[in-house]
Amino acid sequence: MGRALVSVLVLMAATVTAVRADDITLPPDHPYGMLKPGTGSEVAQRSCVLCHSTDYIVTQPPGDQKQWDGVVTKMIKVYGAQLSEADAKTVAEYLARQYGK
Amino acid sequence: MGDVSRRQALRALGGAAALVGARTPVTWAQARDPIVAGRPLVRYPQKTDLILLTSRPPQLETPMKWFDRAITPNEAFFVRYHVFPIPNAVDLATWRLRVGGHVDRALELSMDDLKTKFPAVSVTAVNQCSGNSRGRFAPRVLGGQWGDGAMGNAEWVGCRLKDVLAAAGVRQGAVEVTFDGLDKPAFPSVPDFVKSLALARVLDDPNVIIAYQMNGAPLPMLNGFPARLVVPGWYATYWVKNLSEITVVDKPFEQFWMKPAYRIPDNACGCVEPGTTPKTTVPIHRMTVRSFLVTPEPGTRVAVGAPVTLKGIAFDGGYGIREVEISDDGGQMWRRATLGRDLGPYSFREWSTTWTPRADRSRVMVRAFNRIGESQGTEPLWNPAGYLRNVIESVEYQVS
Repeated sequence: MGRALVSVLVLMAATVTAVRADDITLPPDHPYGMLKPGTGSEVAQRSCVLCHSTDYIVTQPPGDQKQWDGVVTKMIKVYGAQLSEADAKTVAEYLARQYGK
Repeated sequence: MGDVSRRQALRALGGAAALVGARTPVTWAQARDPIVAGRPLVRYPQKTDLILLTSRPPQLETPMKWFDRAITPNEAFFVRYHVFPIPNAVDLATWRLRVGGHVDRALELSMDDLKTKFPAVSVTAVNQCSGNSRGRFAPRVLGGQWGDGAMGNAEWVGCRLKDVLAAAGVRQGAVEVTFDGLDKPAFPSVPDFVKSLALARVLDDPNVIIAYQMNGAPLPMLNGFPARLVVPGWYATYWVKNLSEITVVDKPFEQFWMKPAYRIPDNACGCVEPGTTPKTTVPIHRMTVRSFLVTPEPGTRVAVGAPVTLKGIAFDGGYGIREVEISDDGGQMWRRATLGRDLGPYSFREWSTTWTPRADRSRVMVRAFNRIGESQGTEPLWNPAGYLRNVIESVEYQVS
């Protein structure tokens, strides 16, 4: 490893140490969790990201309409997501289409 | 630093950033693991490269290479939040831990109070997410699709919860204690993350502490600065981070994160027939026995007849590890490994052994026993929430 790189790493380590335990800035949502395009993706995006990044969706096991209906219902009934009935249907159908078995 | 050297440093920093961006994103082991393959390595504040599960609320998984030692460094410790926003700044000048509810004297404790009014105690303990390894459940289950890295082991220093409760004076009729942190949902409809423990559980156990120090340093913000609850032997769901409020209650606390969330089938194995629903459930509690072979990492080339040192860790729910064994013939013959230093019954226990590869034996299994004889099964247990995984794990090497 060259001396320049070593000094850079030391400098970076110093920068990390300087970050105070009580003051951090979180990065934005990572693009790896981006929703697949398709009918309903905008409604899904708009409804879901109010509470969580979409990697919560794309990492789930693929499932049929019943699974995704259940997920959307849980989000509304248990986690208090504010979706109209029409939007809920759009989102559940989008999820089953794009993240189905 | 002069202007020229500063410019050089900045240029070099830019170069380093490019280097960081260009580095191999994942290890061979991660790339071959179907659960964590495809997940980016990310570097969050006060953290080293961790495997991203979710951005918001953040969930970051520790790469397996960090479990080649008993103590998990703070920067490599996994992160799991339930609601968002989470605190990104805590001013110790104004932060107070409120202790109230069914007590004689409500308290508002500063960090200075915690450090000076109560004796400091230390415990080395494993913090493992209830859903660690959920991604490996078959049939698969919904929820955070963790690999095996939602765990870590640290030396925690803080004051005893029982001492703090004694100072507040628990009143007759109290049954549970609830714990709340500074992470608060953005909408009132979203259930706040609050957990409870039976009073009998915490008053009998001098190792349940309010920790303000982790491996000799303040807790990283994402691991609960300035203080978190430490419940040795029990799953991390009870280890409430960024702790702000302790409330003694006189009836069982059954809000969302205690019921219906974080529950296991009410039977000895905490399991049901795969794909079925348990009739009754109880809150998840003590951790099951687990062991991992960490180095050499999966897929490493090893030569027939050339001895290799295998190393890893084992842990359980607080009885301590008595024995670790390996097998390279599919579990017919087991051979005892050497245990490392005993850091207490709640800690990771290092183990190591020498293994001589044979051409027809490329898979090494590892299992542990704790001091009350509990061990790991050859078939995975299943429950709908994806908790308690502790099947015997194995590592495949390339023998040549």
